[in-house]
Amino acid sequence: MEAVKKEHPLIVSISPHIKDEESVSRIMWTVSLSLLPALLMGVYFFGPKALFVTALCIISAILSEHFFQKGLKRKLTTNDGSAFLTGLLLGMNLPASLWSFNPFTIHVPIIGSIVAIVITKQLFGGLGYNIFNPALIGRAFLMMSWPRAMTLWNEPTAAFVAFDAKTTATPLMILKEDGIGRLIEVFGDKLNLYSQLLVGHRAGSIGETSIIALLFGAAFLIYKKYITWHIPVSFLGTVAVLTWIFGGKGTGLFTGDPILHLLSGGLMLGAFFMATDYVTCPSVRKGQIIFGIGCGALTVLIRLKGGYPEGVMFAILLMNCFAPLIDRGVKSSIFGAMKEKKR
Amino acid sequence: MSNTARYWNLFRNGIFGENPVFRLALSLCPAVAVTSGVKSGFLMGVAVLFVQTMANVTTSLLRKFINPKVRIPTYMFIIATWVTVTDLAMAAFARDVYAQMGLYIKLIVAFAIILSRSELFASKNKVVPSFFDGLGMGVGFLLALVIIGFFRELLGKGSLWGIQIIDTKPLLIMILPAGGFFAMGILMGFFNWIDIKFFGGKGASGAGGSHG
Repeated sequence: MEAVKKEHPLIVSISPHIKDEESVSRIMWTVSLSLLPALLMGVYFFGPKALFVTALCIISAILSEHFFQKGLKRKLTTNDGSAFLTGLLLGMNLPASLWSFNPFTIHVPIIGSIVAIVITKQLFGGLGYNIFNPALIGRAFLMMSWPRAMTLWNEPTAAFVAFDAKTTATPLMILKEDGIGRLIEVFGDKLNLYSQLLVGHRAGSIGETSIIALLFGAAFLIYKKYITWHIPVSFLGTVAVLTWIFGGKGTGLFTGDPILHLLSGGLMLGAFFMATDYVTCPSVRKGQIIFGIGCGALTVLIRLKGGYPEGVMFAILLMNCFAPLIDRGVKSSIFGAMKEKKR
Repeated sequence: MSNTARYWNLFRNGIFGENPVFRLALSLCPAVAVTSGVKSGFLMGVAVLFVQTMANVTTSLLRKFINPKVRIPTYMFIIATWVTVTDLAMAAFARDVYAQMGLYIKLIVAFAIILSRSELFASKNKVVPSFFDGLGMGVGFLLALVIIGFFRELLGKGSLWGIQIIDTKPLLIMILPAGGFFAMGILMGFFNWIDIKFFGGKGASGAGGSHG
């Protein structure tokens, strides 16, 4: 850690202040590696387009970080892998259909990467100072600017050939529009629905569909202790409980289908890889559980009552705002310190 | 300094040095709310320009008679008077514009920039400097609204002054409230950069946001 030694001893860097063998770049590359299975599954189901969209995001994210830092004469940090990871996450959150020349939507991933890197990360001071998850802000920006192109989902083909795939609706869109009966009809029976969702054979963003691959990557990260169970478990648990209670449409309470809700949408990707972003989540364990519960509750609220079929993105972004507040609220009392008496 | 140069400086101060929106960060609510198009931004700016100038002149004329203890309510009365004049004049002479802007015109009473100029400048200065200060601030506000509206309407709707220029909507988010903040933030940064680069300023004075 050459850079740390050179720093002035009296200048305090941003938290956390734990010294370890781990460096930022190692964490970033490991997280990127753990996303690889999900990406490969996405490429397998959606064809080369998926790979092109992701690569476009990664390249434009790295380039925009490089040129912004160069333009402002800041220290170049493109090698630490954080821009790579942001680009990768953004790409995995986009539909593969964006790689299309007629109508022309190639610029959409590029603008998303620029918004993610320049506006969300660099303008707030670079890595460690951003309030919001950069990849999610990039996606939210695109979602509001090109709502049609961003919800044009290709049908999974599972054949590495199709360039002109048919468009279709995601399971959550079907669930919102036509209800659970129609969804089971589309997939055959309930068991087939679950297994297809688990493998990832459904319409959706490139990296969100394959639950098995995502869980595999997440298990690797938890094994390496890069993420802890607190946020994902409280996030997923809240979604499961709330969708079980309120998910049944017209059939009363406690008739919802939590498994369907857990397996669909961007929930797994969001819970394991985006909500756990070190910079934008609370750093105290107790706070992380509150954060996860908040994310889950907002996700269910948007999914069941909101205008969008999927709410993971906005839920995480909204809870990002509260992360510093949660941290302040749950900080542990100092040993030996007395509580101030109320006057 | 000759009088002309002094008045010119006062006028210019409102446009560059202490631009209400880009430098003082006052009255940001209307700067986002009415700038989804150039036309509405311009009309709002003109109304504010009139109210700001007249309120400054009136406050300056009456500054010797105002008891300091009740000065803020008094300024509010003066501003409300001129807003009512604008409101009624618009309702009488420009009905179609009034139908579109009427609600926002009444809200000018609560704009932070007008009250702050009454308090900070007009209550301490003579009538003519107050007039030029109000004029500068009003023109600065007008320009800010028109510039923000220009980018938001062009990018969000592909049109200018209601006339379609591009047949697509290049960046839909710009006409949404979120896009208003994006546009304002980026332009604010740009104005700071100009000030530091060409006028040797120290960047925004950090007056902080305000309601109204």
